[in-house]
Amino acid sequence: MLRISIDRADELFAAIAAQQTLYLPADREDGQAEYKKWEEGVKLSGRLNTVRSAKDFFFPQTENLAEFKMEGKKIEVIDVRRESEDFVIFGVRACDARSFGILDKVYLVDPVDTFYQTRREHGTVVTMACTRPAETCFCQTFGIDPTEPEGDVSCWSDGSFYYFKANTDKGQKLLNSLSSLLEDGDTATLDETKAKTKEILAKLPLAKLSTENFGCDKLNEYFSSAKWAELSESCLGCGTCTFVCPTCQCYDIRDFDTGHGIKRFRCWDSCMYSDFTKMAHGNPRLTQLERFRQRFMHKLVYFPANNNGEFGCVGCGRCLSKCPISMNIVKVMKALEEK
Amino acid sequence: MQEAMINKAKQLLADGTVNRVIGWKRGEFVYDITPAVFETAEEIDADFVCDDFTAANVSKYLVKESRKEGKILAFLKPCDTYSFNQLVKEHRIVRENVYVVGIPGGPKLDAEKIKAKGITGILGVKNENGTLKIDTLYGEETMPYYEAILGKCETCKSRKHVVYDELLGEEGEVISAEDSGRFDMVEKLENMTAQERYDFWREQLSKCIRCNACRNVCPACTCENCVFDNPASGISNKAAADSFEENMFHIIRAFHVAGRCTDCGECSRVCPQNIPLHLLNRKFIKDINAFYGEYQAGEDTTSRAPLNNYDKDDCEPSIVHERGVE
Ligand code: SF4
Ligand code: SF4
Ligand code: SF4
Ligand code: SF4
Ligand code: SF4
Repeated sequence: MLRISIDRADELFAAIAAQQTLYLPADREDGQAEYKKWEEGVKLSGRLNTVRSAKDFFFPQTENLAEFKMEGKKIEVIDVRRESEDFVIFGVRACDARSFGILDKVYLVDPVDTFYQTRREHGTVVTMACTRPAETCFCQTFGIDPTEPEGDVSCWSDGSFYYFKANTDKGQKLLNSLSSLLEDGDTATLDETKAKTKEILAKLPLAKLSTENFGCDKLNEYFSSAKWAELSESCLGCGTCTFVCPTCQCYDIRDFDTGHGIKRFRCWDSCMYSDFTKMAHGNPRLTQLERFRQRFMHKLVYFPANNNGEFGCVGCGRCLSKCPISMNIVKVMKALEEK
Repeated sequence: MQEAMINKAKQLLADGTVNRVIGWKRGEFVYDITPAVFETAEEIDADFVCDDFTAANVSKYLVKESRKEGKILAFLKPCDTYSFNQLVKEHRIVRENVYVVGIPGGPKLDAEKIKAKGITGILGVKNENGTLKIDTLYGEETMPYYEAILGKCETCKSRKHVVYDELLGEEGEVISAEDSGRFDMVEKLENMTAQERYDFWREQLSKCIRCNACRNVCPACTCENCVFDNPASGISNKAAADSFEENMFHIIRAFHVAGRCTDCGECSRVCPQNIPLHLLNRKFIKDINAFYGEYQAGEDTTSRAPLNNYDKDDCEPSIVHERGVE
């Protein structure tokens, strides 16, 4: 398999960055990782995952859609889109890599979201297999194998080398462009690393969590479950779970009056917010119970109902570690299942 | 302590003093504790927990809970009692509907600080004579106990409960600013040049994802509809469009809670991006102390707050110029 010594990581990143903008998870002073643009000196983080997910690259928190200029009765609509540049995201974990497929099912179906589509076309995803899963990881619940991540290029590390395999044309193109750096090598130690990771995966506290009791046929039973009251009782109605989630996909479109015209932008929204999907008549979900229920029903029932059984969660565990009251999808699943 | 609390809760439920208990519920791991209301002895036996990770301040929940039928038992740590009192003062909590049992405070631990050390796969955490022994999927790890202490507990301002109906354990004392060191970092920031200070805050605030966890957890933020959520306010803002808006949300919020913020530390505890929001509030607390005399929000329920009061000794607006910008 194609590989490069980890000691030469800087050369590798420099070679990629010479062709396209390169982003990778880097450590921050507070001990957490975030995606940064690679430049001389930026080191790939050893952390398992970033606080913000990789969805930011395709679905940013805010973006301008259009501008309007009014002169008397004439309205001029200005397209504010710039030409997108090609970019590579390196080090995406298997859970986040799967999340792109979920977002595609929302944004690339008719009517196609061309803002999202453009970024997807310009981005090349290089994943990184996990070797130290955390207690909060439950990607396996959704059929994701963190030792075999998807992406345009899959990458593995055994501590000494990075190994690469292209899965798409885009990925192949990237690897071809790096051919002078990559050499063919044997994968014996990598296979050992994978086997060790698999042992840990089997021992994860959430390894047995299953989706068996979820999906579209549970709609009525779960929607009217009495459990929601207790589950949502201390929810703060913040947007933390939504905003750190790689699969949360809702947005709001707003107009900003600049005094000279209107800037129309969209930004992430959260079903946990009191003004979510507010319409002329008001808000369809009046209590936090209903808003809370929406987030989990969407991922565990509505999304699979509309997408051939695929769930709207990839088990990345971010909401498990970041919710200020430690309420999350795992606790919800376990509570709903309990008769 | 947990056992004494459980017994107390069951006793007060049984004798009808209260019909509900607010406390903390055990989670999937050692650290993921959820504030919860318990109604029966069975629920309490099954899930009630009070340990190194029960840091959440439950006072704000009492705004709603104290308006329900019957009395609720609340276990409050010293810092939580300040929030409670402040909310009573603001007529947000109905005092007679809450039975307050004071419990000893922390120091509580911060799972994020353990994880920041690179320790992962956490299955258990034990403090042995100042060393934290962490049982993980990858074997046992250790780290100094004090390095895992939650930020707000590192600079604890009081081990004394300012309100309670009953106390479990020993009462403690208020801790002076010198001893707690809680204004040290504020002083450091004050001594920076304007540019250094600006750079510090830009670096911190640019991490903000505007999740509103800080605002929603804050016991001083109990507006029914925050201006930032209200499209009719003219400044509603779901996401910061630029760095100016990013700064403004936090600065406006700090102004709005000035004189009411008890320094409970919840904002910084819940921030997923580890932004030290408490420093903004502490700057206001420090300035209020300097300009209007020592004042601790939540210390009592009757005194007038310095910013709501007029006194001939109050500082003049010109103080702004005297102090200068640099
Ligand atoms: S579940 Fe947690 S993170 Fe999500 S809105 Fe409620 S309190 Fe916030
Ligand atoms: S719901 Fe939670 S675990 Fe699932 S993808 Fe979103 S953040 Fe990750
Ligand atoms: S959830 Fe799975 S893929 Fe994601 S970081 Fe954890 S082990 Fe890796
Ligand atoms: S909790 Fe942190 S990230 Fe969230 S809005 Fe507050 S400062 Fe921003
Ligand atoms: S601003 Fe922060 S420290 Fe002050 S009362 Fe609110 S949450 Fe507590």
